[in-house]
This record gives sequence, C-alpha cells and structure tokens, in this order.
Amino acid sequence: MAIALVLVLIVVGSVLFHLLSPWWWTPIASNWDYIDNTIIISFWITGVVFSAVVLFMAYCVFRFRHREGNRAAYEPENRRLESWLTIVTAVGVTALLVPGLFVWSRFVNVPSEAADVEVIGQQWQWSFRLPGKDGKLGTSDTRDVTADNPLGVAPKDPNGQDDVVVEAADLHLPVGKPVKVLLRSIDVLHDFYIPEFRAKMDMIPGSVTYFWFTPTRTGTFQVLCAELCGQGHPLMHGVVVVDTEQDYLAWLGQQQTFAQLSAPKQTGSANAPSGKTMASGLDVAAKLEPVEAR
Amino acid sequence: MVDVTPADAVPPAEVGEMELYHPHSWWTKYVFSQDAKVIAVQYSITATAIGLVALVLSWLMRLQLGFPGTFDFITPEAYYQFITMHGMIMVIYLLTALFLGGFGNYLIPLMVGARDMVFPYVNMLSYWIYLLAVLVLVSGFFAPGGPTGAGWTLYPPQAIMSGTPGGQDWGIILMLSSLILFIIGFTMGGLNYVVTVLQGRTRGMTLMRLPLTVWGIFTATVMALLAFPALFVACVMMLLDRVLGTSFFMPAIVEMGEQLQHNGGSPILFQHLFWFFGHPEVYIVALPAFGIVSDLISTHARKNIFGYRMMVWAIIAIGALSFVVWAHHMYVSGMHPYFGFFFATTTLIIAIPTAIKVYNWVLTLWRGDIHLTIPMLFALAFIVTFVNGGLTGLFLGNVVVDVPLSDTMFVVAHFHMVMGVAPILVIFGAIYHWYPKVTGRMLNEALGRFHFWVTFLGAYLIFFPMHYLGLMGIPRRYAELTDMNVMTESAHHLNSFISIMAFVVGFAQMVFLFNLIWSIRHGREAGGNPWRATTLEWQTPETPPAHGNFGKELPIVYRWAYDYSVPGAKEDFIPQNVPGSFAPSREPA
Repeated sequence: MAIALVLVLIVVGSVLFHLLSPWWWTPIASNWDYIDNTIIISFWITGVVFSAVVLFMAYCVFRFRHREGNRAAYEPENRRLESWLTIVTAVGVTALLVPGLFVWSRFVNVPSEAADVEVIGQQWQWSFRLPGKDGKLGTSDTRDVTADNPLGVAPKDPNGQDDVVVEAADLHLPVGKPVKVLLRSIDVLHDFYIPEFRAKMDMIPGSVTYFWFTPTRTGTFQVLCAELCGQGHPLMHGVVVVDTEQDYLAWLGQQQTFAQLSAPKQTGSANAPSGKTMASGLDVAAKLEPVEAR
Repeated sequence: MVDVTPADAVPPAEVGEMELYHPHSWWTKYVFSQDAKVIAVQYSITATAIGLVALVLSWLMRLQLGFPGTFDFITPEAYYQFITMHGMIMVIYLLTALFLGGFGNYLIPLMVGARDMVFPYVNMLSYWIYLLAVLVLVSGFFAPGGPTGAGWTLYPPQAIMSGTPGGQDWGIILMLSSLILFIIGFTMGGLNYVVTVLQGRTRGMTLMRLPLTVWGIFTATVMALLAFPALFVACVMMLLDRVLGTSFFMPAIVEMGEQLQHNGGSPILFQHLFWFFGHPEVYIVALPAFGIVSDLISTHARKNIFGYRMMVWAIIAIGALSFVVWAHHMYVSGMHPYFGFFFATTTLIIAIPTAIKVYNWVLTLWRGDIHLTIPMLFALAFIVTFVNGGLTGLFLGNVVVDVPLSDTMFVVAHFHMVMGVAPILVIFGAIYHWYPKVTGRMLNEALGRFHFWVTFLGAYLIFFPMHYLGLMGIPRRYAELTDMNVMTESAHHLNSFISIMAFVVGFAQMVFLFNLIWSIRHGREAGGNPWRATTLEWQTPETPPAHGNFGKELPIVYRWAYDYSVPGAKEDFIPQNVPGSFAPSREPA
C-alpha cells in the first residue's frame, strides 16, 4: 500500500522538481534555440508518458492489491489493445524523431556564407587559426608540428602564410556572423564545447571535423573539453569572446600571421600575442605536477 | 486460434538420458564442480565480490565530486582510475557475469527441465577463466602506475599514452588482457546456455512454453556471442598498438612536443568496434532483466503475463535491432554526420518494442491479485526506473538533442538509471525470489523491506536530479568541477546531496549482504515452492535441488509457464508439469 502512495509521490515530486528547481540550462548565445525547442518537446512527451505509466501502476497496486478471497483475471492477450498501444507509441516516437531530424539537417548543412575558424586541441590547451586576407586556411599536418610551428601548418602552402595564428589564447568572433568551426587535434581526442552555444563536436587526431553556429549575443564564454583526454581534462578550459564587428576587427589587427611567427625571431617582443588570459597547457601541467610527485 | 489439448504437444523422448559426471570428493563437489548450480553460485559470489570493489570506487568518486578539494588522496589520476574500474566492473564483471553466468547457469537447466548444461566441463572452465579475468583486472590496482584511467570506453589514442594513468604503464595492458580472458570464458559459458536451451529442453517444453526468464537470457547470450568478438579484436589490436607499436588506432601524434612513431591509424575505428559490442551489451544486461521481471510480476500478481507472444517477439526484435544502433554513442564523435539520420531512426524505433514490454508489465498488474512481496516491490521499482531511464534515452538517441547533452552528467544519469539501477533492482528482486530455492530458506523480511526502500528511493534521488546537472552543461568525467561558469553554487550543493545519498544507498547494500549470509542459517524454512509458482525449478523433488535437478525422472511439460488463476482450477496456479485434463489451459496456440 505504501508503494502506491510512493509511486504517486514520485510522479508529483519529479514534475515539481522539473518545474521549480533552480537547475536549468544556461541562457543560449547561439542560433541553436532549435535544439532547445526539441528538448522541450522531448520533455513534454516523455513527461506525459512517465506520469501516465507510473500513475497507472500506482492505481493497479492500490486497486488490485491482494485481499482475502481475491482472484486475478485470466487474460493471456488482447490483440486490439496491443495493436492500439503499438500505434500510439509509434506516433509518439515519430513526433520526437521528425523535429529532431529536421533540426539535425540544419545542424549538418553549413550555410555557404559561414566563415572558417579552425580550433586545434592538444593536451591540455586550445589554439585557433583564422584564414588571412585570401579567405583560405592553409593545409596542415600533425607531422609538421615543431616548436616554432605548434599547429602544424604546412610551411610551403602559400594559402597558409597569411593565416592568423592564436596559440593558447582567447578566440574572438564577431556577433551575428555564422561560423564554421573546423576541429583538429594533434594528440588525443578532445571535444570543443561551449555550453551557451549548445553545440559540440569531437576532434580526432588525423581528421578534421566540424560544426557551425551563429553567435547571437556578445560576451565572454568558457570553452570546456567534453571528451576525456587524460588527467588534465577537467582543466582544459578556454575562452571565446563574442565581439561587436568593430571590437573584433580591432582584436584581429593585433594578431600575428603564420608568416610573421615563422620569420626569424627579432630581439625584443614588441609583437607578443595579447590576451593570454586562459590556462595554457603548461599551466595545467604545472598544476598537475604535485599530483604526479605524490 | 485453435485450442490445443496440452497432451498432444508432448512428443516421445528422442534423446536418452545424459550421463552426468558425479563428484567423488569435496573438491569436485564444491570447487571444481561441473554442476551448473554450483557454478552459478561461484559466478554470483565472484561477481558480488568484485561488485563491492566497484561500490567502494563509486563512493570515492562521489567524495571528490560532492566535496571537492576535501580529500587530497583523490588526485585527478586516481579519480580517472576509479571511474574506469567502476564502469568496467559494473558493466562486464558484475552485470554480464551475474545475469548470464549466475542466473543463466542456475535457471536455464532447471527451467527447461534439463539435468544440467549440455557441456558441463566447458561450463566449469568458463567460470575459472572468468575468475582469472577478475584477478588480472584487480591486479591492476597493485601494478606500477596503477590501473588504467582511460574511462571504461578505453578510447585510443589517450588510453595508451602517457597523459592517461596506466597508459604507458601496466594498467592498460592488464585491462585489455583481462577483457580478452573474460570473452574467452564467456564464450565457453555462452555456447552452453544457447545449446542447452535449444537442445536440452525436456519433453513438452516447446519454445513458446519457455518462461520469459529463459527467453531473455537466451537472446542475450546469442547477442553476446555475436557482440563480444568485436570487443575482442579491438582489445587485441590496441594491445598490439601499445606493446608492439603498431598503428591500428594510432594516427600521427605529437605528444608534449614529441613526434610519436605511430602513423596512419584510425581512432574512430576503435569507437565503431567498441560500440558494435557496447550497444548490444546494454541489452545483454537488459534482456535477462526483462525476462526475469516478467516472471516476478506474473508470479507475485498471480496472473499470467499479458501478451506472452508479443513479449517474446519484442525480446527478439530488441535483440536484433540493437545491432544496428551502435553509432548513437558517436553522434558527436566526428563520424560522417549523415550517419546521424540513420542511427537516430533505428534508435527511436527500438523504443517501440521496448514500450510494448513496459505496457505488458503494467497490464499484467491490471486485474491481478497483487501480493506486495519483496520481489514484487523490486519489480515495481524496476518499472519506474526503467521507464525513467528509457525515456531519457529518447533524448540522447534523437541525434540533435544529443549534441548539447552528450558527454554531460545527463548521460551519466541516463545510463545509470536505465542499465545500472534498473537491472540491479531486478537482480535484487530475483535474489529475494530464488534464494529460497538455492538455500532452502527465506531471506529476512524486515531487512529486505529496509533494503528495498532505501535502495529504490535513494537511487532515484541520486540519479533523477543528476539529469539536470547535465542539462546545465556540466560535463561528465571531470575530476574537478571548479573554475567553471556553468557550475553554480547551488549545483555544488546538489552534488553534495547526491554524494550523501550514494553513501546511504551503499550502506543499505551492506544490510543486504548481511541478510544473505545470516539467512543461510537463520532464515525461515522455505519449502519447495514458497511462492506457489508454476515453473519447473519450483517442482524439484528436493530443495535445494540435487545434482541432476529432477530426481529419477525428468518432468514432462503440459502447459505454458503462466497458468495463474485459471478459471475453474482449485489453486490459483497450475505448475507446468501438471497434465491439463482438469482445467482449460488457454495458453496462446
């Protein structure tokens, strides 16, 4: 008997928790409110099914609990009922799947005007590369990675010479412009994830993966790694700043190109990259040092 | 539908009685035994013991997540070793071993009316290789560098690189070796379960008269025999990459400024192999639970399972479909995005046969005579947690919804609810149900009810709120949840609450273990058929059943397993081996 009451309380409690608790998604900052809407649809459909099934159970337990002299009915099957339930379920599943696939097709088809931005993951830091004036990223290869060429940009590729290289620093993006994020890793799997943008994708060494989004408001957003990449994984944070067009261009003007970076080093550091606010891989390694010493 | 008179369906004996190897000494009776029932107990004790290790590991993880920075000994390195071992133990060495090696061994021969498994010697070897696999796994804790911390998915390249605990030490080698051993051992047992169900059934036990427990375990075993080879080759290849420097899964890599020797391998190939095994694995654990819970509900509601044939076909459909959904674990892995359309569709189609099973369970309760025994309570709790976890699966299976939720705590909450808590509740229910047959005594009722309430409500309170942490964007597999914008103060409080509940639920399991041991001597005498059940294991001449199960003559089966509350019958149950002349058996033809 207690169980019937508890089953009802589970339904009521779960629904109230869903509606009243303070734990909910962070305000969105990209065009993927389509995804949020699909989640809302999913919550509705699944919430109704969950409540219906558990409340029905609670009723059965209450109504058909054993009492002296009771005897169960004998009903091996009921074709009509079983068919109806199958059809209703299929309709519910379709109602989830169709909007889901519709939004997925938007997610995988990148608009032609999207600007390329490359993100490079390595244990345990983020770097970025933007195409230069030619609008094209030069090719790259993990085997070209050296101390002077940490992103492995192909040294001979003319398209790569004017690429803007942002090593272990913040990425800036202009608000309202679609971006195609090209993802690359030079060591293990990582995953470029910004909760406010709702999108994420793994980066695989040896491949280039992608996703796209349009930032819809300015602000500073934290990048998290969402694919286990070794013991520095939880500290692999980065920063993406969404700027107004004007601020973005100002930031872009301060960055160095691949050609500038690979030119013989001059004395002094007049052109040191600015904005090194995030934890670099070395910082993470330093933080882990005492751990390994123990 | 034609009513078949039950006696017609009993063919004459075609195969003679098989000779059993009877033990001659204490060693061959209790240690190197070829009796499936002894092997089942050995499997169960070993799985429970290693499961306790996994429980302690989960406490250590919850200490770190709930009270960050308080426990210095839980370094990120240690944390990743804990999650890896916890996950692998729970999925493979506890759940798979307990359902198939434990329940499979005990129940298949008894329920189909066989004297033993078809190949008893191979069956014995299966257990000893499983034990060896467990020992190799545990040895990781004592090896230099400790066990692997690659996560239970063992994704390369990191699994065999120095940035991961155990990657360049012994940890990953021992893990892969242990898995290889496990698969060898399982294959020996698995072949036995399949052949015994197909060839060892007693006269009259047609396939459509099998209890759903047997259908669930049988289908899961067939799936495991098809799925584990994918994991086997993945383990062998990764072992070669690690030990001999081959490049099956390793592309060109720069590690901490150094070019590694590997080149040309595919990390994502490993993921396909892993999940070709890994997704069926979910159902390898779930289908036996489905089968067992059907029998628990039917027996304790004193009512035939509703829609038996539909239930059988649903089990088979789920088993088959589960081989074409694996890449739903890889929506954000960087595989070709068009795969998403296919795998989301197949994944959501699986919801239909699964939903049918849920409907049929609750419809079995409808107009039943529900005895709220402990097995029934656990079965009801299973339906709640399984429905909850199954429905959140519709979020994660629906490719675009998975994008924000993948690799967050939402996933952790989902799979714990659906393939952790739900099957384990069935295991508990099944133990309360069959313990009297195994030992001859009942488990203590008061301790059992305490165990039930704390476990069910505690587990729900752990995993239901956890979904919302994931919705906030908090990633899984983070040893430290600090310096993160999504991690609010209140989320920290919620995490502390979850950790406290984890300890409470863990404590209840100690009470359960005490009950298991205490009741062997002090439990109430059970008699042969305390639940007044219909299936053959309750009709043995001795309890616990002797070697050979059924005394001089094997039972003959005249009816399906669900003749409860048959109109006109004196008792509210008719065992399968009772001839049908006096009561109309309306089993589906």
